[in-house]
Amino acid sequence: MTSESKVKIALAVNGEPTEIAFAPHKTLLEVLREDLGLTGTKHGCELGECGTCTVLLDGTPVLSCLVLGLACAGRTVRTVEGMAQGGKLHPLQDTFADLGAAQCGYCTPAFLLAAEALLAANPKPTREEIKDALAGNLCRCTGYIKIYEAVELAAARMRGEKAEPTTESLYGR
Amino acid sequence: MADKRRVIGKALRKVDAAAKVTGATKFADDLAFPRMLFCKLLRSTQPHARIVSIDTSAAAKLDGVQAVLVGQDLPIPFGILPVSQDEHALCIDKARFIGDPVAAVAALTEEAATAATDLIRVDYEPLKSIASAEEAVEHPEPRIHDYGDRGNFHKLIDLEFGDANAGIAEGDMVREDLFFFEGSTHLPMEQHAAVAMWSPDQKLTLWTSTQTPHYVHRALAKVLELPAARIRVIATPNGGGFGGKSDPFNHEIAVAKLAMITGRPVKITLTREEVFYCHRGRHPTLMWVRTGVKKDGAITGMHFRSLLDGGAYGSYGVASTYYTGALQTVTYHIPCYHFQGARAFTNKAPCGPKRGHGTPQPRFALEVHIDKIAEQLGIDPAELRLKTLVPANSLTANYLRVGSMGLGKCIAKVVEGSGWKQKFRKLPRGRGVGLACSSYISGAGLPIYWNNMPHSGVQLKCDRGGGVTVFCGSTEIGQGSDSILAYIVAEVLGIDPFDIAVVTGDTDLTPVDLGSYSSRVTLMSGNAALQAAERARQILAVHAAKKLEIPVDRLSFAERRVYDAKDPKRGMSFAEAVQSAEAAEGTIGTVGSYTPPMSAGKYRGAGVGPSPAYSYSACVAAVDVDPETGIVRVPTIWIAHDVGRSINSAAVIGQVEGSIYMGLGEALMEEMAYRGNRNVVHKIPSLLEYKSPTTLEMCDVITYLVEDPDPNGPFGAKEVGQGPLLPVMPAVANAVYDAVGVRIDEVPITPEKVLKALRKKQKGEPGRHGPESFPDIPWPEPMRVPTPWEGGDGKAVSPGRPAITAERPH
Amino acid sequence: MLRLPFFTYLEPKSLADALRMKADAGPDAMFVAGGTDLYPNMKRRHQEPKTVISLMGIPELRRVESTTLGACLTLSELTARPPDRLTAAVSTAARLVSTPLLRNMGTLGGNLCLDTRCNYYNQTYEWRKSIDFCMKKDGHICWVAPSSPRCWAVSSSDVAPVMVAIGAEYRLLGPQGERVVPAGRFYHNDGINYLTKQPDEILVDVRIPKPNGWDAVYHKLRRRGSFDFPVLGVAVWIQWNRKTVADARIVLGGVASYPQEVPEAGTALRGGALSDESIAAAAEEAYRPSKPMDNTDFDLSWRKQMTRVYVSRALQQLRDRRTTPGLDV
Repeated sequence: MTSESKVKIALAVNGEPTEIAFAPHKTLLEVLREDLGLTGTKHGCELGECGTCTVLLDGTPVLSCLVLGLACAGRTVRTVEGMAQGGKLHPLQDTFADLGAAQCGYCTPAFLLAAEALLAANPKPTREEIKDALAGNLCRCTGYIKIYEAVELAAARMRGEKAEPTTESLYGR
Repeated sequence: MADKRRVIGKALRKVDAAAKVTGATKFADDLAFPRMLFCKLLRSTQPHARIVSIDTSAAAKLDGVQAVLVGQDLPIPFGILPVSQDEHALCIDKARFIGDPVAAVAALTEEAATAATDLIRVDYEPLKSIASAEEAVEHPEPRIHDYGDRGNFHKLIDLEFGDANAGIAEGDMVREDLFFFEGSTHLPMEQHAAVAMWSPDQKLTLWTSTQTPHYVHRALAKVLELPAARIRVIATPNGGGFGGKSDPFNHEIAVAKLAMITGRPVKITLTREEVFYCHRGRHPTLMWVRTGVKKDGAITGMHFRSLLDGGAYGSYGVASTYYTGALQTVTYHIPCYHFQGARAFTNKAPCGPKRGHGTPQPRFALEVHIDKIAEQLGIDPAELRLKTLVPANSLTANYLRVGSMGLGKCIAKVVEGSGWKQKFRKLPRGRGVGLACSSYISGAGLPIYWNNMPHSGVQLKCDRGGGVTVFCGSTEIGQGSDSILAYIVAEVLGIDPFDIAVVTGDTDLTPVDLGSYSSRVTLMSGNAALQAAERARQILAVHAAKKLEIPVDRLSFAERRVYDAKDPKRGMSFAEAVQSAEAAEGTIGTVGSYTPPMSAGKYRGAGVGPSPAYSYSACVAAVDVDPETGIVRVPTIWIAHDVGRSINSAAVIGQVEGSIYMGLGEALMEEMAYRGNRNVVHKIPSLLEYKSPTTLEMCDVITYLVEDPDPNGPFGAKEVGQGPLLPVMPAVANAVYDAVGVRIDEVPITPEKVLKALRKKQKGEPGRHGPESFPDIPWPEPMRVPTPWEGGDGKAVSPGRPAITAERPH
Repeated sequence: MLRLPFFTYLEPKSLADALRMKADAGPDAMFVAGGTDLYPNMKRRHQEPKTVISLMGIPELRRVESTTLGACLTLSELTARPPDRLTAAVSTAARLVSTPLLRNMGTLGGNLCLDTRCNYYNQTYEWRKSIDFCMKKDGHICWVAPSSPRCWAVSSSDVAPVMVAIGAEYRLLGPQGERVVPAGRFYHNDGINYLTKQPDEILVDVRIPKPNGWDAVYHKLRRRGSFDFPVLGVAVWIQWNRKTVADARIVLGGVASYPQEVPEAGTALRGGALSDESIAAAAEEAYRPSKPMDNTDFDLSWRKQMTRVYVSRALQQLRDRRTTPGLDV
């Protein structure tokens, strides 16, 4: 029962080649959190019903709770730990922090990665496109609004525009 | 001292924001220790049953299993309220709902622990189960608990302030309505988790996702019979709380005991289904209200009844029940008021405090009731409310002391912003607007267990390098309480909030703060931090002034400097100021604490409702109703919130938007549903079937901050975390009526209900969906309290029924 | 945390390998594509294969050729294709499945073979134990209709009703070779035996009928615009002959254990223009046999009433599309 023999795979996690051994029934979520110590990826149901465990698999946002670790051999995985580079936050992380798009912070890694994938495919999304792209991620704290604003602001900055948060967003009307 | 504010009111980044956006924040389930075991609870599959026997022998023998616990191993009861110590870590002789924990296993892996729970055999003798409050009223037997006011009533309350019947009779019009508010749950994205560690020197450490480490600390000491000094509870940052992590829980006690038995760290992470069983969410509440009003809308008297479905345990239920009657009086002037409240035990997951604790239900009833009164009187509902507002700095009929009161300004803001006057009763069929208001406490006036110590304490340590550390027992649940401490201290000491280290929620390191509930933290820990910071400033100022050879009152603290306000170049760095003070006095540390003002009410039950300050909100909801399907969509909500003073305006807006979100879910879709005919099983304990709004349901929110500083709040601040949720449900209900002319006197406002009401209306019947009757309840003799304007002194003149005997199980 | 049970995981690179692995592993083996249906079911112990054979590494299953869609195309890949009239309804249905994240993982074949759903069944082992289990797994009674000899779990696929309506064909490969089945004959009205596919057969691809004047739409009813399975799906296919309906099929999802065609509703439309009257008549015909049971979200009588509304709206959309120039998607 407790001595199921481990399997070993090679994959790239946040740009680094990684070899890891784990029990073969484990999901990517469990491998990341328990075998690689990357606890930035969270979970809210383990059944694909909340989006909290979102990671990028070969650049595509997926639910790590429903991906087998074994199915990731030879693939690339990006987690929230890979977003900040050289001690500097990713533009999305910056705007999420500045606007309060992260309250409890539990769903935040998932939203950041889903948003990053959106902006990679669509650098100038409309509010509706942002809502559609993030419709698979639940957040109970923010009501999503600060998240939309953070994605819009980061998108503008990533396009090279000099953008600042609106007064209404920070101070109300 | 009147420096221009540099921190307070600014939309600064929160002190924990970088950790949150990088995934660095360690939530309870992120913790792992060498040799850590995994715990799994076996939960009852019966809603109400005697436990005849439990056989754990096969489980104990399973490979990897290290320990198995049953109820007898933890015989001492606990519970959040001293009057409801009715829970056991594991059921001893009786299971009271499907999901009630009956055994616990610790094993090398979670898989092994799960397999072991499968092997535990429990022999149940089923008892008749009670599926609703109405059933509990009908069936005093079998009793779910052997304590409580009567039969399956946990609590019966009857309070009368002035002669309400006479008051109501003075109205030109008397209106009676019935409402029902369905139960809902917090649904934090983080499932509860806890890790316990036992050290050979007989010390227990528990990391847990709790909003109330102090109460967990007390419960552990009691149940485990350990000196509190040997227990350390560390509240990990909560991945959402909303009230759902405010009780001490079975699983926290179970892992602690398992760690003590095995000598190894033990972790538990609940599944989503188990989070539904922890619940402590909104009580399903049936309400009846009768109000007398003058032609101009002035209320002459009100009688309000509530019947709460409490679920299987007490939790905060006694307080919740009082709260369904307490805050009606703080918005519109009610000269005399009669409240009767009952809480029933049922065989369902226990209800407790969810955002708004006991007040969203009566607020829904009151605000829809007022909308109906306004229509009947032919007065615009915004005007009617403005005419009847409770004045600032006044005492209500039930002795609540209202301080600052910005509701009038709030109403004006949303009426203007939403274009109310151009829309109300003027939009085409299918589109509508509705208005509702609310108020909420900024912390409760009394602690949960009786004591006369402060509700919040702060210690502050100044480092000679210029850094400051703030220690406080408050708990960060995403609302920003850690940041509030840093902002307030930074403002007073003139340093950058990010120069401040914040240590919170750790019973070994931090002075007690009662916890993150009742919207108490900004006001109470904020005041404690303010006091500690001002004391530190005084110490530093004395020595800085001496060194600069100027009077103390000429000093300014800003931009990491302490300087002469008249000659800003003359000064020193903040670090130098600390160094001179330290050289003169030794290590620089101060403390601050906060105790709320005494309540004005002295009657039994007066403890629920008083608060140092009340927040106010006004809300206009726009709805689109599809008359063919009954489907309601909410495109926009305008909300104005009187927060007294924003400590961080962006964080305040975040709380407002989050409250609207949660209110919208309750208004339209969220429901704790049970199958009464199928063993009272929870119908949908999953994130898929419990409907939490997605990005596609969330409305636009237009937020107006009204700042009416309250003298009791730090820098004038009042609460914002809960109040803005309250008006959403009634505003949506009132808007549905404006759109299609039917009254849905029940939340959630589902398409089925709207369509039923529309069909009834087509047939010429009243276009309404809602409860039809309120059951007969054996109310006790009312406790009569003369109102302040009758010359009352806050005491009861008739004692009501005798005080509750302190009947306790075991 | 809910975890998967122990099992053996295999990744064949060809259809032949997949069939061989299945034959070797026997009845305890199951095929998996995106895993978004099977893995949650395994975590809740509804389905307990000892061996799981992934089809995602088989290139043949991921092919797209004009009117043929490989079964292992993800739903996102399906919706990312430039919309044409041919696949517009398929694409609409695919886009309405669950969430963007799950559509990145879930496949066409997975949605077409989706396990029937029921809120007495889609629960954890511990929950199901509290009701003494149900007929579909570990028990004897269908709690939806306790005296019923059959299971009433609901077909909850969005794409399947469209495939049945447009008359798509499924190509299956098994140990006995290949066979092609019309979509309408791929499903059974039985919550347990809901597919005519044998467990050792693989759904290879789906062939969409050639364009010859047909049009189709799909309308979905659910609580939220994301995540939720249909509590009612309406797929309507019309074969136009100028402005006249030459033939029509109306298929309902979410109301039976299979995508339920209502032939009477099609008949009501045949031979005339799509008039308000014929639309109302067809909606009435569709309403009559629609028998939602109390095992999904929403009140069942409301869901039944919605059949009329949703069928009417689907037909109105088809009429508008026919009569509005320039909307020829």
